[in-house]
Amino acid sequence: MRSAAWKYWALGAASLLGGGSAWATPHDGGINFQTPATQTAKNIQAFHHEVLIIIAVITVFVTGLLIWVMLRYNKRANPVPKKFSHNTIIEILWTVVPVLILVWIAKGSFPLLYEQDVMPAEAREEEIVDIKVYGNMWFWDYTYNVGSDQEFNVESRMLKAGAPDPSLELHAERGDIAQLSVNNPMVAPIGKYIRLKISAKDVIHAWAMPQFMLKVDAMPGKLNQLWFKVDEPGVFYGQCSELCGKDHSNMPIELRMVTQPQYAEWQRLYKESPEQARAYLDQVRPKPAQVASAQ
Amino acid sequence: MSSEPKTAAAGHGHDHGHDHGHDHSHDHHDPKWYSPSRWLFSTNHKDIGTLYLIFAMFAGIIGFVFSGFMRAELAEPGLQLFNGTAFGGFFGHEHNYNVITTMHGLIMIFFMVMPALIGGFGNWFVPLMIGAPDMAMPRMNNISFWLLPVSFFLLILSMFVPGPAGANGFGGGWVLYPPLSGTTGHPGLAMDLVIFSLHIAGMSSIMGAINFIVTILNMRAPGMTLHKMPLFAWSMLITAFLLVLSLPVLAGALTMLLTDRNFGSKFFEISGGGDPVMFQHLFWFFGHPEVYIMILPGFGIVSHVISTFSRKPIFGYLAMAYAMVAIGFIGFIVWAHHMYTVGMNVNLKAYFVAATMVIAVPTGVKIFSWIATMWGGSIEFKVPMLWAIGFIFLFTVGGVTGVVLANAGVDHALHDTYYVVAHFHYVLSLGAVFTLFCGWYYWFEKMFGIKYNGFIGGLHFWLMFVGSNLIFFPQHFLGLQGMPRRYVDYAVAFREWHHWSTIGYWIAAAATIVFFIGILEAMVRRRKATASGNPWGEGATTLEWTLSSPPPFHQYNDLPRFK
Repeated sequence: MRSAAWKYWALGAASLLGGGSAWATPHDGGINFQTPATQTAKNIQAFHHEVLIIIAVITVFVTGLLIWVMLRYNKRANPVPKKFSHNTIIEILWTVVPVLILVWIAKGSFPLLYEQDVMPAEAREEEIVDIKVYGNMWFWDYTYNVGSDQEFNVESRMLKAGAPDPSLELHAERGDIAQLSVNNPMVAPIGKYIRLKISAKDVIHAWAMPQFMLKVDAMPGKLNQLWFKVDEPGVFYGQCSELCGKDHSNMPIELRMVTQPQYAEWQRLYKESPEQARAYLDQVRPKPAQVASAQ
Repeated sequence: MSSEPKTAAAGHGHDHGHDHGHDHSHDHHDPKWYSPSRWLFSTNHKDIGTLYLIFAMFAGIIGFVFSGFMRAELAEPGLQLFNGTAFGGFFGHEHNYNVITTMHGLIMIFFMVMPALIGGFGNWFVPLMIGAPDMAMPRMNNISFWLLPVSFFLLILSMFVPGPAGANGFGGGWVLYPPLSGTTGHPGLAMDLVIFSLHIAGMSSIMGAINFIVTILNMRAPGMTLHKMPLFAWSMLITAFLLVLSLPVLAGALTMLLTDRNFGSKFFEISGGGDPVMFQHLFWFFGHPEVYIMILPGFGIVSHVISTFSRKPIFGYLAMAYAMVAIGFIGFIVWAHHMYTVGMNVNLKAYFVAATMVIAVPTGVKIFSWIATMWGGSIEFKVPMLWAIGFIFLFTVGGVTGVVLANAGVDHALHDTYYVVAHFHYVLSLGAVFTLFCGWYYWFEKMFGIKYNGFIGGLHFWLMFVGSNLIFFPQHFLGLQGMPRRYVDYAVAFREWHHWSTIGYWIAAAATIVFFIGILEAMVRRRKATASGNPWGEGATTLEWTLSSPPPFHQYNDLPRFK
């Protein structure tokens, strides 16, 4: 996991300047977002990087001014202090210029907020896949084919090395990642508008997916919604993001985006045997390199 | 200050003979420092201020040690401390990590920063700066303080009584969201104790705030209009209003939680038609002003320090005062930016984005005005000035990441990650706490009549500056990478920056030890305070510098005239 630090910095800097880094999971020493996996996530990260440049310039500017006054107006360099305490023009400037900067930021911010929150109007009913997500202490469960006679429910629990329950054993050789991988990943088809209906059965949890730049609370008694559309198959990880008690850190989200036929096949297999369905998911799992090149 | 304040009666204050002339109305001798009744029954604003400072230090040590437990736990992936076996099982299991984070937050906010900045420096210096003999309601001042140890006792006690099934203490975060804080998550008594603790701390603060408002509005020296009042007094006045307006809302929410837990009401219970989101709205309607409550007094302190050590009047005095008023006002209308992910209507989110970004404007005015105060000055880098300049830099860093977080679209990714942790520690831990140390060194000699050691003070600053930056800067990276908050264990992929962050903690711990060594050293060496009462020279223009160090037990028996 650990290679030369300069590489992270160089790649981080490159990705700040608009490129994308090549990782599909969080990576040690990373300084940037995880690689965006949806168009909206790409747009939001690009917007963030613009804001980042603005705030970096502001911080450097303020720091520069501080250094300047410390050098130019210290006791030795300037033994006799001036006595002015007003300058109307500069006061107007440092009120108006920040306002303009903020207006510019807001101009980029609002459309993205709506893009992210509101399912696009062009999404036709047959392109929408509803999946119900429930947070529990301390696992997620997913309901597929919501509202149809094919509806079924899958519990998703974190894998752990040396878990008492053998079905929850972590298999590093299979590509499982500690604290991120689960026994039954969430599965959704690519190319569709995935609409999650999210709630919780006990306390508040939050379903988060960093690569989609998405997060919404799973609120008991309330149905929250979010949507995403992914065009390439892949494995994506998220973690519960609202404190929910003792095992808050132990209820990750693993999402497999698969093709439509694979999605159907997985559903068929799951009804026969969840173990087989899981094996099938691992069999069709894209190699990390493919994920990277798909970006 | 726009014009240099001149006191017609300058010198009266530190004229001891004069003071004694009026002593017939008081005790003939100042009470001895070791007399218990001096502290238990104190109605003297300076003694009460000292009590607050000592209390804040005591609570601060506990809060700081708790953060050490967290950083030690997070130094490596896996469970270091909270695994049931480390140190003979002393730390117990994962739940206790949540208890520690919760207590760290509550202690640092309610029992360290607020008592130190408001109770400590506010009590000490608001009366001195506005030329008042004491606070308007000295006995209420006493109970404001003495409620705090009671409140703190209940909070600490909560860690040792049942919380969730099979474990002790409340581990639901300082935000206390139900249902986790309700009977669903924490059926035990621990949460009830937390509620009582915060109720009492709230009463203490409300009474303190009323006292400040009454004192500042009624007891300013003749001639000191509001527009001539020192900025620290301004900051305390605004803080006090924020407290009086926001704390009752918290008290209401807590009471509803209490009756939900114990008497079958359903304010936040789904099963009875209640709504847990309502708690969050109520909580943050208090919680957001609360963050300004913590930072505004610091703004006041920094203004005086910058002006003093630049030997130049504060730039744009009125704009500085009204920027704080604006920040206080806007602070009440932005609360739901803490709740972008609860499932709010998108138009509502858009409103909170816009309102939140507006805060950057008055804050920018303050930052630039401080720099403009230094501009053209003759700056001396005494210890308080180091803290003040360090504060400006760190607060800028914390402020600009606030602009990033204001954008709901970006915040959907960053909410509840370490980016948020980094942001609010930059504005509070490196902002408010830096102003606290700034005030400590600025007024140390005034309060205690002895000088601190400049070398130790400087060492304290530099260690703290390096340490706290190393703790919190890498946490931005963790947050961008998606590391969630309040996690006792994390994926290997987050190891690197957690590791650096923990190293930073040890540097900050060394800084804290140096801080206490500095106090001990000053106590042992007892270097005499500057005889004039003003060690800082012509730059220090506020009234407290016309008094002796320490000031007489009762000052201003003849009110200073302020022109």
